Amino acid sequence: MKDPREAGMVGRRTDGTLIRRPLSPHLQVYDMMQMTSALSIMHRATGAAWSVGTVLLVWWLVAAAAGPEAFSRVEWFLSSILGMLVLFGLTAAAWYHTLAGIRHLAWDAGHGFELAQAYRSGRMVLVGTAVLTVLTWVLVFVFRG
Amino acid sequence: MATFTLPKNSTIQGGKTFKAEPGATNVKAFKIYRWDPDDGANPRTDTFELDLDKCGPMVLDALIKIKNEVDSTLTFRRSCREGICGSCSMNIDGLNTLACLKPIDEVKGDVRINPLPHLPVVKDLVPDLTQLYAQYRSVEPWLKSATPPPPDEERRQSKEERAKMDGMWECILCFCCSTACPSYWWNGDRFLGPAILLAAYRWISDSRDEATGERLDNLEDPFRLYRCHTIMNCTRTCPKGLNPAEAIGKIKQLMVERQG
Repeated sequence: MKDPREAGMVGRRTDGTLIRRPLSPHLQVYDMMQMTSALSIMHRATGAAWSVGTVLLVWWLVAAAAGPEAFSRVEWFLSSILGMLVLFGLTAAAWYHTLAGIRHLAWDAGHGFELAQAYRSGRMVLVGTAVLTVLTWVLVFVFRG
Repeated sequence: MATFTLPKNSTIQGGKTFKAEPGATNVKAFKIYRWDPDDGANPRTDTFELDLDKCGPMVLDALIKIKNEVDSTLTFRRSCREGICGSCSMNIDGLNTLACLKPIDEVKGDVRINPLPHLPVVKDLVPDLTQLYAQYRSVEPWLKSATPPPPDEERRQSKEERAKMDGMWECILCFCCSTACPSYWWNGDRFLGPAILLAAYRWISDSRDEATGERLDNLEDPFRLYRCHTIMNCTRTCPKGLNPAEAIGKIKQLMVERQG
C-alpha cells in the first residue's frame, strides 16, 4: 500500500510547477539521548540481544544432549574471556529488559505517567540492572567455587 | 516503514553565515534550517549571529529580529507570541517546543532550529500539517449526543465531571508531541499520534458526550491506538505541560475494561 503521506511531499514553486518537498530531519536533529527515548531504544535493543542470546542457551543444551565432546567445546567457549563477556552482556540485557518490562506493566496498569515518576522509574531500572547484574555474577563466582 | 536516513533531496547542506554587526559583545549563533522551493537546491543550514543585548529574550524574538533586520526571506509561522496559538512550534536545540516560550538563554552553545521533525517542508521552518489535521478530523472532535439539550439551557456538568477534561482541553494543537514521537515518524500514515489521541480522549472523558462506544470502536486498531509504545517523548516535549502519554494509557485501559 502506498503511504498516504506521499501526497504531502508534492509542493509547488511560485511559478506553479511541481516540486518534491524535502522531509524535515528527525533522528538527525532530535535529542534521542533524553531519558524517555534512550530507555525505550535500550528496551528494544536488549530485547533483540536477549532473543539472540537464547540461541546460545539452545546451543548449550543441544551440545549437552550431543555428548561430552560437543559439550566441552561449548564450555570452552563460554569460559573464555570473550564467552564470559558475552554472558555478562546477556545478563545485563536480560535484567534490563525484565525491569523495563515491569515498568511497562505499571504504565499499562495506569501508574507512573507523570514525567517526574517516569524519570524516577527509569533511573530505578538503570540502577536495578547494574545491581542485579553484578549480584548475579558475584553469586556465579561464589557457587562456582 | 521506518527509514532512519533522510531521502536524497532532504539531506542538509552547509549554508550562508551572517556575521554579527561589528562591536557586538553578547553574540549568539542561530543555526536555522532553510529550504526554498524556488531555488531547486537541497535544504541548508544558515548561521545568523545576533547581538543578544539588542534582542528580546525568546527564540521567537530572535527569529523576528532576523526576519526584520537580516534576511526577510526567513519563513516561519507565528501569531500570538505567548504560547496560546500553537503556530511557532519547531525543533529547538533537539526538542520540539514553541519558539515564543523558549528562552534563548536556556540553550547552551549555538541555537539549532529545525522544522517539526519528519514532515514535508513547505518552506524553511513551515511544515505541512495536512496529515495531522486529517487525522484530527478522523476522531470527530465535536460533541456527539443523541439526547437533545435542555430547552433554553446549556448541557450541565458537575465540577467533578468538568475536572475530568483538565489537562486535555488546554491542548493548542501545535503538534510538538506527535512530531517528537518515533512511532509517529515511522507509522504516522496509520498511527494517530499523541496529539490526536489526547484530543480523542478529551471527548471520551466528556460527560456530555454520548458516543464513547463509537469513539473507542474507531480507535480499536493495531495502528491507530496501539502503535503507542509509551516512549513518553510526547509528555517530555509538550510546551503546555500536558500529558498525552497518560491520556493514551487511559484509552488503552478503557479498551480492556469494556471487554468486561
